[in-house]
Amino acid sequence: MSFRIDQLPKKKYVVPGNAACAGCGMMIGLKILGMALGEEAVLSIPASCAAVVQGLTPKSGVAMPILNVPFASAAAVATGIAEAYRMLGVKGHAVVWAGDGGTADIGFGTVSGAAERNSNIIYVMYDNEAYMNTGIQRSSSTPRAAWTTTTPTGKHERKKDVALLMAMHGVPYVATASIAYPQDFYRKLKRASEIQGFKFIHLHAPCPPGWRYDPAKTVEIAKLAVETGAWILWEYDNGQLKLNPPSTVYVDRAKRKPLKEYLKLQGRFAHLTDNDVKMLEEEIEAKWQTVLALAKAFPQRL
Amino acid sequence: MLPLSRPAPASAGMTGTWRTYKPVVNLQKCIDCGLCWLYCPESVIDWEKGYKIQIDYTYCKGCGICADVCPVKAINMTPEEGI
Amino acid sequence: MKTLTIQKTALTGNYAVAYATKMAKPHVIAAYPITPQTSIVEKLAEFVEKGELNTSFVNVESEFAAMSVVYGAAMAGARAFTATSSHGLLYMYEATWWTALSRAPVVMAVVTRTIGPPWNIHVEHNDILTLRDAGWIIAMAETVQETFDLTLQAFRIAESAALPTAVGVDGFVLSHSTEPVEMPPQEVVDKYLPPRRPDVPMLLRPGEPVTFGNLPSDNKIHARHKVAAVYEAQQEAKKVISQADEEYGRLTGRRYGGLVEWYRAGDAKHIVVCAGAWCSDAKHAVDYLRARGVPVGLMRIRFVRPFPREEVAKLDQYETAVVYDRDITPMGGILGLEVKAALSRARVVNIVAGIAGVDFDSRHFYETIQNAIDGGYRDLVFVV
Repeated sequence: MSFRIDQLPKKKYVVPGNAACAGCGMMIGLKILGMALGEEAVLSIPASCAAVVQGLTPKSGVAMPILNVPFASAAAVATGIAEAYRMLGVKGHAVVWAGDGGTADIGFGTVSGAAERNSNIIYVMYDNEAYMNTGIQRSSSTPRAAWTTTTPTGKHERKKDVALLMAMHGVPYVATASIAYPQDFYRKLKRASEIQGFKFIHLHAPCPPGWRYDPAKTVEIAKLAVETGAWILWEYDNGQLKLNPPSTVYVDRAKRKPLKEYLKLQGRFAHLTDNDVKMLEEEIEAKWQTVLALAKAFPQRL
Repeated sequence: MLPLSRPAPASAGMTGTWRTYKPVVNLQKCIDCGLCWLYCPESVIDWEKGYKIQIDYTYCKGCGICADVCPVKAINMTPEEGI
Repeated sequence: MKTLTIQKTALTGNYAVAYATKMAKPHVIAAYPITPQTSIVEKLAEFVEKGELNTSFVNVESEFAAMSVVYGAAMAGARAFTATSSHGLLYMYEATWWTALSRAPVVMAVVTRTIGPPWNIHVEHNDILTLRDAGWIIAMAETVQETFDLTLQAFRIAESAALPTAVGVDGFVLSHSTEPVEMPPQEVVDKYLPPRRPDVPMLLRPGEPVTFGNLPSDNKIHARHKVAAVYEAQQEAKKVISQADEEYGRLTGRRYGGLVEWYRAGDAKHIVVCAGAWCSDAKHAVDYLRARGVPVGLMRIRFVRPFPREEVAKLDQYETAVVYDRDITPMGGILGLEVKAALSRARVVNIVAGIAGVDFDSRHFYETIQNAIDGGYRDLVFVV
């Protein structure tokens, strides 16, 4: 199913004059979340950029109901909201909107717990690949070699693949998405909202100050991540894992753009040598082989 | 009982003042595709198919994403006066 | 007309919590095991499995998640319950503060237990008293019957005061001791506990874009909220607690006197102050000393929060106040410090005892009370 751009809702779920940085990738995602589920969602937002962008009480820059919650707690709080609604007969979706730090690091226990018990929540991890709210510190979701203030010569470890980890929990729905492909993200949110149980969407969201690039390039860079194969769009839906367009095309390594085109726009990778780039390309290829193997292993919906 | 917040513009002030470059749209060139509306992280572009777009400069932070994603380069980022 | 029967049975303290919680019909229960709390959530799980309790029973992966689940549930309008002990309470600590400053009316049983290291599962009050600055209402039970009654009352108090409420149940001493308990008929409980208002502290509903917890435009907004939630709400809760006790007494015949219980204090010259299950031992000691002509009485602190300042101020009319603490801080005992701060005339002797689960029975009480009255102690004593 695809959605025509002029059929998307016009209501502004992101309200102008909010506290997001210019060119914030996450805000594009939040806007799409509003379009898809704005009238049905109640958000739990942990400590993150998403907590700050709401602006200052008594105003809010996001036109959805939001409970701001402790850093590690969002998946559990949303579980409580979902269970309260079930018991009280309230219709709606308990949605978590959390960053990579709040998900892959400090909140991973509550996320894994909610997944294992199949809590009826939609969890969106917007991934800007570091602690941006506190000023660009490394998270477990920071990619290898990226500069952050706590990895001044580049991160030495690989990026934790949270989406795959969630899929291996055997939950009903896991998807990756990118802010460069809003209709794909929109469709995935809609699909998630049809499913009972734990749903997880891993949203790639570039950050201009954190990745060190001109804020105009947010969408371009997010698109390049997909076109170079560095970010793979896939979906695990009730036991079936499959690639989504346009990543389906990039199974063929020859069709991918050179990784350098993605990296060279970002100051956080400015220190990389050609050899470093080559090594990263090999690591990306290994990730592709893992995803393709899983697609083979999980060919059908259960 | 709790200090609650409700959606309102300017939750972080008049963010149009953050701008150093201003997106100026050439409506002759605009093909009414809506991509700038879709990607604008600030929701400051209004778009109705058939009527093209309008930018709210009170809050536009001047990120330039609209100009970057425009397939026909109908939006130009022009320096703000006095900068 | 249907006759309402009071059920008389024998229960452990933990089962009393479970039965009272069942009668309160919470929408959401979050469960995580920790000794000596575990048999509360085990019993509740059994009620749910047998179809005797219609609740969402959420098995969580940590106490931090337990508090977070009941927080979310309570903010969404549900009646919510959890239970913990000792390190479990410490592990959920951040969420307990968040819950209080959100005015979320969750109820939690805290089966008191020693904080380690070394590992020690026996009774001590340091765990529940870590909530004292967080904005929680804190009740401490003396008997299994009171454990049952306080648990039911806690739901009413939490929801009327819009403050989370903890019920302290002394580990093993109460939690695993069996005593006779009277349980009111369900109809009476239903009358005592009307359905929760879903719009207090806020109405969190899809399609209603209201936000709580984003940054304040002026720190004074936050400061005023803190004064209201942490201080003023506690003062207002005193009325709520007294009404809850009064109404409960009217319906069941059991009244406890509100924030404190006075025991043989009217004509006494010296007063013993304590909280929790060992107050029964202290009362025996008072009886023993009275029989030997020592004019001593007792004030049992039932609610550590809101702190019964007005009642404690009355202790100034006694010569000696002997305050027992089953907790320890670098400054002495917590109750000792708080009682002392409210008094100007009475001599206060703070006895820190029974920590780490060390036995402290009525014999220890009367020996130490006698010694305190006789001037044998300075103002702070550790009995280990």
